[in-house]
Amino acid sequence: MKVALRDIRKYFGQVKANDGISLVLESGQIYGLLGENGAGKSTLMKILSGYHQPDSGQIELDDKDVKFSSPAEALANGVGMIYQDPLDVPSMRAVENYLLGRDLRINLAYSAATSEMIENASQLGFKIDPQAFIDTLSIGERQQLELLRLLALGAEVLILDEPTTGISAEQKEGLFASIRKLAKESGKTVILVSHKLSEVQELCDHVLVLCKGKFVGEVDIPCSTERLVQMMFKEIPPRSSRVSYLREKNLLELSQVEFEGERLAVTGINLTVRAGEVFGLAGLEGSGQKLLLQACAGLIQPKRGKIILDGEDVTRFSYHQMRAASVAYLPAGRLEEGLVAGLSLIEHVALARPQKGFVVDWNYFERITQSQIDKYQIVGRPETLVHELSGGNQQRALFALLRSPLKLLLLEHPTRGLDVLSAQWIWQLLLNRVEEGSSILYYSADLDELVERSDRIAAFSGGVMSRIVTATETTADELGHLIGGEE
Amino acid sequence: MSLGRIARYLWPAVPVLIALVITGLLLVVFGVSPQAGFGAMLRGAFGDQSRVLSVTAFWVPLALASVGLVVSFTAGLWNIGVEGQIVIGAIAASWLALKFNFSGPLQIIFELLAAMIAGAIWAGVTAFLKTRGKVHEIFGGLALNNLAIIFTNYLISGPWQPPEGGTFRGTVPFPTKALLPLYGDSRLSPISVVMVIAAVVIVFLLLRGSYWGLKLKALGKNPSSAFLLGVSSERETILALMFCGALAGLGGAVRVTSWFDSLRQSISGGIGYLALLVVMLSAFRVLLIPFIAYFFSAVLNGSITLQLRTQLHSSLGGILTGVLVLMVLLFGELRQLKRFSEGRVSSRPDE
Repeated sequence: MKVALRDIRKYFGQVKANDGISLVLESGQIYGLLGENGAGKSTLMKILSGYHQPDSGQIELDDKDVKFSSPAEALANGVGMIYQDPLDVPSMRAVENYLLGRDLRINLAYSAATSEMIENASQLGFKIDPQAFIDTLSIGERQQLELLRLLALGAEVLILDEPTTGISAEQKEGLFASIRKLAKESGKTVILVSHKLSEVQELCDHVLVLCKGKFVGEVDIPCSTERLVQMMFKEIPPRSSRVSYLREKNLLELSQVEFEGERLAVTGINLTVRAGEVFGLAGLEGSGQKLLLQACAGLIQPKRGKIILDGEDVTRFSYHQMRAASVAYLPAGRLEEGLVAGLSLIEHVALARPQKGFVVDWNYFERITQSQIDKYQIVGRPETLVHELSGGNQQRALFALLRSPLKLLLLEHPTRGLDVLSAQWIWQLLLNRVEEGSSILYYSADLDELVERSDRIAAFSGGVMSRIVTATETTADELGHLIGGEE
Repeated sequence: MSLGRIARYLWPAVPVLIALVITGLLLVVFGVSPQAGFGAMLRGAFGDQSRVLSVTAFWVPLALASVGLVVSFTAGLWNIGVEGQIVIGAIAASWLALKFNFSGPLQIIFELLAAMIAGAIWAGVTAFLKTRGKVHEIFGGLALNNLAIIFTNYLISGPWQPPEGGTFRGTVPFPTKALLPLYGDSRLSPISVVMVIAAVVIVFLLLRGSYWGLKLKALGKNPSSAFLLGVSSERETILALMFCGALAGLGGAVRVTSWFDSLRQSISGGIGYLALLVVMLSAFRVLLIPFIAYFFSAVLNGSITLQLRTQLHSSLGGILTGVLVLMVLLFGELRQLKRFSEGRVSSRPDE
C-alpha cells in the first residue's frame, strides 16, 4: 500500500512536534525513520496509526484521502502499529489476544482461530503456544503475536517502534527475516522507527530523517554511518575552549557493576569519575545510561559490583542515604519526577532544605525563595505554583533547589528544551559547582553538548558501555559510531 | 477578597442547591409539597432545644472522623477504613469502661486515649499492608471494616453479653463515671464539642504550618517528585493514616460514651462512610468540615421527623445527602473539564 503524508502538522502547546512533514512511502519497501529524541518520529507514527489526530495535513493511502479518529479505524484501513511496549492484555491467553479487535459478535471461534494462528505463525517462522498466558511470553514473542494479530486484521502498512529493544539476538534475526518476507513477498509497506543505526542499515531500503519536527532528507541504504549521523544531528559544532577543573582525587568508582531495568540488563560497568570532572554519557534513550544514573543515585540497587563514593562503599545505599551523602539527582521529567505540581516555589524550597524543628518558618523561606529567584533569574514569585512556570523556569527552579555543597550531581538532559542562552546559563551554574569541587555525571541526547561540556564521555548502546573517550579528542561523529554500537 | 476567591468559597453551595431541587422534585412525585417536606425536616433538626442538641451530638463523631480524613486525603490516601477505625475506637473505649475501674476523671480520659490508640493501630494495619504488602488502602480498609464489625458482634453476643443473656443488641450500660458528662438529659457532651474544635484547629495548623503537613501535601500531589525531594513516603503514609485513625477512634469513643451508653451492634452506623462524603464536599478544606458535617447531621436527623409528619420514609435524608455528593463530584469534574478546555492541563508530546 502506498502511503503519502502531506504537510502534517501537530503542535503540543508551544512544541512543534510535527511541523509540516511530507513523505511518500511505496509498497514493498522497508523504511527506517531516524531522528534524535524529540525530532517528532513517534508523533508522526502515532498520527499515521490513528492514535493522534494531526492539527492539519492529509494522509493518503493508495492515493485516497483518509482520516482516522482511532487506531481501530486506521487498522480497518490497513495501517497497524507495533508499539515499543506491546499493547496486549497480560492476563489473557495468546489466542484470546490474537482475536482482540475483531468483531465476531458472540461467536468466538477459538478452534478455528487457534489453527489459523498456528498456520500464520509458521509461515513467518514464529512459534507461539496459543494457550500460553501473555505474561509467560517474552517481549519478543509478544511482539510476534502482535504482528500476527495486525496481519490477520489486514494490515498493509506496518509500523514498528523500536522493535528490537528488549528482545534476544535470535528473536531479532527472526523478526527481521519475517519483516523482509512481508515486504518483499507480500508487498507490505514497513516503517521501522529505531535509534540503532546498525539495525537500520541492516534491514531498511531507505532512511527518512526527521529533525526538530521537520523532514530533513531521505537516503538509500547502503549509506555510510557518518552520513546518517550527520543528517540526524546536523553539523558538527565548532569547539569552544573551556576550563577544566579536574582534580587528582577519584570521587566515584564503579567496579564490575551490574544492574537491571525493566527491559534492559546492564553489566560490567567500570567507571571512575574524578573530583571536579564533568563526565558525559551518550546513547539513545533506553540504552542504559539512565539506569546508570539511577544506580549511582541509590534508586536502583546493583545486583553485583561495587560503588565507592569518596572512599566510602555506597553500593547498598538507598536514595535518601545517597542524598544525605551529598549526591543530587535531577531527572528529565521536571513535573513528573522533579517538582510537585500544585505546590508553590516557596513550598518546594522548604521541602528541599534540611528540616529544622517541626514548624515551617514561612517568613524565613519567603526570603530564601526570593533570593533564589533573583539568583537563578526565575520568572515567578515565591508563591507561584511550579506548574505555572515555563519549562526553562522549571529547570532553573530545580537547580535552585539543589543543596550546597554537593559531591556528585547526576543529571538527565540538563538543557533539553532550553534555548541557547538558557542552556549556556545553566552550564555556567554547573561549572560553578564543578569549580567548587563537585563532579557531574550526566547524559544528553545532544552530541554537541556532550563534546563541548564534558571532560570525558562514554556511550551506551543496548546496555553496553563503550570505551571512554576524552572530549577534546573526540568528535560528534565518533560518538555517533559509539552510540550505534560500533567500536 | 477578590471575586474569584469568593466564588471559590461559595462553590459548594451550587451542588447543594441542585440537590435540594432534585429532592424537592422527588417530594412532589410522592405528593408532598416541598415546602412542607423541607419544613418538617428543618423543624426536625432545629425545632426545639433537644433536637438541636441531638443534631450536635450526632455531629461530633462525624466531624472528628472527617477532620481526620482531611489529613489522609491530603497525603493522597483513600482511607475507606475510617469506618472500622471508629468501630475499633468504640470497642477499645468499651473495654476500659466494662473491665477497668480508674479513679475519677481518669476513667474517661483513659477510655478516650485507648480509643485513639486503637483507631491509630487499626489504621496502621491498613498503612502497613499498603507500604509493605502493596495492598491498596481501599481494599485493606474495606476488609478491616468488616473485621471490626464482626468483632463487635462477637463481643456483644459472646464475652461481653449482658448477664441476662445475649440479645445481640449491646452490652450492659456503662457506669456513669465511664461516660462523658452529658448536657442535661441530652446525648451531647460539651467536652466532645471542645474535642471537635481542638481537632479542627490542630489539623488546620498542622497542614498550614508544619513540615509534616507540607510533606503530606507533596506526597498527595506527586509521590515520585516528593520522594526525590526527600520525603519518606512510607513513614508519612503510615503517620497520616494513623493520625486519621486516632481521630476516628476518638469519634468511636464518643459514640459509646455519650450517644449511647454501651457498645451496640453497628455502633458507627456508617458515620465513617458519611465522613468520606463530608470531606469530598469540603474539597479538603478543614475549616469547612464542621459546617458541612453539621449540615449532614441536620439533614439525617431532620428526616426522621419528616417521616413522622409526611409518612415518607426517613431514608429521604439519605437520598438528599447521596444526591448532594454525586452533584459535588460531578461539579468537581466540571471544574476540571473547564480547566482542561482553558488549556491549563495540556496534553504533552510523547517524547
